[in-house]
Parts: sequence; C-alpha cells; structure tokens
Amino acid sequence: MSRLPPQLWVGAGLSALFLTAALLSFLWTPYDVEVLNIASKLRPPSVEFWLGTDHFGRDMLSMLMVGARTSIAVAVIAVGIGICIGVPLGLAAAARRGSWLDELIMRGNDLIFAFPSLVIAILITATFGPSATNAILAIGIFNIPVFARVARGGAMSIWTLDFIMAARVSGKSITRISAEHILPNIANLLIVQGTIQFSLGILAEAGLSYVGLGAQPPTPSWGRMLADAQTMIYTTPRLAITPGLAIVMMVLGLNLMGDGLRDLLDPRIRRTRA
Amino acid sequence: MLRYILIRALSLGLSLVVASWVIFAMIEVVPGDPASFMLGLNAQPDTVAALRAELGLNGSFLTRYLGWIGGMLSGDFGTSYTYRVAVSELVLERVQVSLPLALYALILSTLIAVPVGMIAASRRGGMADFGIMGATQLGVAVPNFWFAMLLVLVFAIQLRWFSAGGFPGWDAGLFAGFKALTLPAIALALPQASILARIMRSSLLETLHQDYIRTARAKGLSMGQATRRHALRNALIPVLTIIGLQFSFLLAGAIIIENVFFLPGLGRLIFQAITQRDLVVVESVVMLLVFAVILVTFLVDITYALVDPRLRRRA
Repeated sequence: MSRLPPQLWVGAGLSALFLTAALLSFLWTPYDVEVLNIASKLRPPSVEFWLGTDHFGRDMLSMLMVGARTSIAVAVIAVGIGICIGVPLGLAAAARRGSWLDELIMRGNDLIFAFPSLVIAILITATFGPSATNAILAIGIFNIPVFARVARGGAMSIWTLDFIMAARVSGKSITRISAEHILPNIANLLIVQGTIQFSLGILAEAGLSYVGLGAQPPTPSWGRMLADAQTMIYTTPRLAITPGLAIVMMVLGLNLMGDGLRDLLDPRIRRTRA
Repeated sequence: MLRYILIRALSLGLSLVVASWVIFAMIEVVPGDPASFMLGLNAQPDTVAALRAELGLNGSFLTRYLGWIGGMLSGDFGTSYTYRVAVSELVLERVQVSLPLALYALILSTLIAVPVGMIAASRRGGMADFGIMGATQLGVAVPNFWFAMLLVLVFAIQLRWFSAGGFPGWDAGLFAGFKALTLPAIALALPQASILARIMRSSLLETLHQDYIRTARAKGLSMGQATRRHALRNALIPVLTIIGLQFSFLLAGAIIIENVFFLPGLGRLIFQAITQRDLVVVESVVMLLVFAVILVTFLVDITYALVDPRLRRRA
C-alpha cells in the first residue's frame, strides 16, 4: 500500500474546512446574519470584522459561513437524488443489458442530458417560482443520468466476472446479485463520481442563486452575495472577491479530493496517469 | 454510413418530440392556469378570459400542443405577452448576440486548449506539465460569472480597455461588436478550455502509447514527427466530441454571462420573460435551446462517425 496521494490531503483539508464552517454556523457565527447594522456598513477587514462587512453592515465571515451551509446542503441533496434514482436505474439497465428496459433507461438519460441543467432550472422556476428547493431539484435531476451511466458502465464489467456466474448458478436473483455483489464493487466509482458531482453542484448552486433562481433572501448564499456585490464592484470590489474565492477553494478542494480518491481507489488509473 | 445517419436522425426526431412534450407539460402544470398566472392575482376575470382566448387555452391539451408545435415548425413561435411582438422576431434579434458569443467562446477555448494540452502531454512530468495541470485544476473550479466579474474589474474598471457591459449592435461595425463580446467570451471560454486541455493531454498520452506509434518511431520518425503525422489525428477524436458537447454548456453558460455583461441575448430575454411571467417566450426559447443542443449532439455523432469508421460498423 503506497502512501496516500498528496492532493487527497489538500482536497480533504479544504473540504473539511468548509464543512466545519457550515456546521459551526448552526451553533455559532461571529455576528447574526439576519440583523442589519447600517452603522457599520462597508467596513474593511479588521480585528472586529475579519473579512469586513457588506453594504447592510452584515459580517462577511458570518455570511460566508451560513452561505457554505446553503451551498453544501443543496449540493449534497442533489447528489443524493442522483444516487438514489440513478444508481438503481443503472444497475437495472446493466442487469438486463440490451433489453427494452436498458434502451428505455439510456434513451431517457440522453434526453435529460439534452437539457442543460440551467435550462431545467429555468423551466422549474418559471413554473414553480425560484427557491432553494427548486434549485436542488434542477441540479438533482441532472445528476440522475450521470450516476445511471457510471453505475451501468461499472456494473456491466462486473457482470462478466466468474463470481457473478457462480452467484447466478447458486440461484440468486438478479436483484439480489445487483445489491449484494455488484453494488459493493462499483462503490469506488460512485464515491469518485459523487465527489465530482458535489463540486459541480456547488458551482451550479452558485450560478443559479446568482441569477436569482436559487436560495431567496434573506437566506445568505454565495451566489447571491456575488449578485449583490456586482452593483458595488466599482466602489467595493472586495465584496465580490471574497465569496468568489470561497467558491473556488471549496470546488478546488472537492476536485482535488476526487482526483486523490480516484488514484487511491483505482489502481488501473494510477498506473496510466503516473 | 447512410444507415447510421438514418438511425441517428430517427433518434434525433424522437428526442425532439419527447423534449417538446416535457416542456409543454411543465408549462401546463403552472399552478392555476397560465393566463391567470401571467396576469397575477389582481387580474379582472374578463382580462383573464381574453388572454385565455388569445393563448388558445380553451382547446384540449392535445390540440394546444399540436397548435404550438405546428406553429413552431412554420416559424410562428407565438406572440410575447409583454413585448406585444412575435416571439420569432424577439428570438431572431437576440440570437444575433448569443450565437456569436457561444461560437467566439468555443473558438477561443479550442485555440487555447489544444496547444496547451499538447505541450502538457509532450512534457509529461516536467515543470510545464505540472504548471499547466495546476492552472487547469484552478480553471475548472472558477465559476465563469465570477471570473467575468474579475475581468470587468481588471480590464474595464482598472485598465479601461473594454466597456463593462452592454452591446452596441452589429450596426456599429464588426469590430465594435466583437470587442463588446470579447470579455464575455473569455469568461465563458477559460473554464471550458481547462477541461478541454486536460482531455487533449490525456487523449494524446494514450495515443502515444499505441503500438503504431512505436512502429513509427522504429521506422525512424522523431517523436515530434510521429505525433504530428500519426498521434494527433487520433488523439483529436475524443476532443472533438467534447468540443461538441461544450457547445451546449456554452449556450447555457451564455445565459448567465449575458446577465453579467448586460448583453441583449437569449439569456436576458429568458430571465426577463420569467420575471414578467411571459410563459410564451419561456416555452419557445427553452424549446429552441434544447433543439440547438440536440442538433449539435447529432452533428457531433455524425462527424465522429465520419472521422472514425469503426463507429459506423458498430451502429
């Protein structure tokens, strides 16, 4: 067993930092983000306000902490939707490879792929109105075909192996084999893909709330902080830079972690990438 | 080959039909009915009734759907409720901004990514490779609309080389038009170029491991000659697919970027339509975007088969 890939450490560290900040925000933030304090608006970073304050006098650090909560929650649930619906679909398609079920599932997935996630979000919000829930739905729907494909591809290669044949001969049903033997063997693939989709979810959530289709005021979110900051970019560019950096560091951390996990969990890739 | 194209065309048609059902049904399930949704809470009953008639909401689901599709096929996308002009007219005007922007970004992204990916692959493990891979890792993590704001900050506010937003129209000349689209195109292109450069690198590396490259080297070709004559063409095949797929990301991404730069494209049209509850516009523009994406995917599949004969036989 070689030592852990360095990018895994850096990535996991960055991700853990934001996760901790998000969890901590439930218990404590330096200041209350829902209280406007015009007297201390647009303060530069100081000992009192580590990252300064915005145009309503709200503490930027507190806003970022609560914003991390929104971003992470949206991304985690969206990935959850993708896994819970996509993986069973992919497993079913692989188990009955070439059947009408397989065709139906894969063509249905192609169709979702044809709608860019932003367009799905637009459709959903045009119909039901903008909210964090609808953002989750839009990102989550787009995750379904991604996980279905990964699960199907991974499962199909496992189905050809001898021990699956042995399980079939011993009389296990297709569903049981999928759950007991296939799923554990593709878990690595799913973890890596989950990390990637998690980071894409963070980016998508930021984009959606930036254009006003995601979390609604007063819930702080990184995308909305950027949208608010845009009007003041001439006078106080700092307000636009900090939330952006938070997004970049979080996404970078997740991507590095995903790369590291892939290197760690898939020896074949480790060899060709080296 | 003809058989392959036919099968793909059939699947293209099918996707379009299903996509149009989905879009139409989504708009149909608007809470209440579309007419009262568009007019808001305080609308008079007779105004709602008039709009219902105008939108043709009185027919059955199927007749309305067929009417909508039939209209779109003959170029009639309906009439925008807020602008009081034909949606086709609005779209035609806005496409002149969105399409050049997406293409401009696609060209920039390809021009950056292909050489950069080649350099990284040819210096694998070296400083250049390390630097490029680091930069692309960062590029993938940057949200394009934030990058757009940084570009505005540096090139429009500090250096004053470009304007911070707006579009003078193509009447102001090609140069002025493209100048206004330059910052938005860079903002759209760089994250995509990062992905593309990584794919170019790994694809070229994989091709360079093939037996025929070893044969070419054994024949006496230098590494550069073998790359240019044999590896590059084969390595470009997966890159081509990604370029095609990126077009849809660029179109969707353009929706957000247009809002950063206040460009009068399809993206701004769609957001204005959402806030004004102009469902006719939302429905038609979304259908158009999905059509564009499905069509590009189809074209990529066909090109792919032209470049790689192995795919044709498999189909």
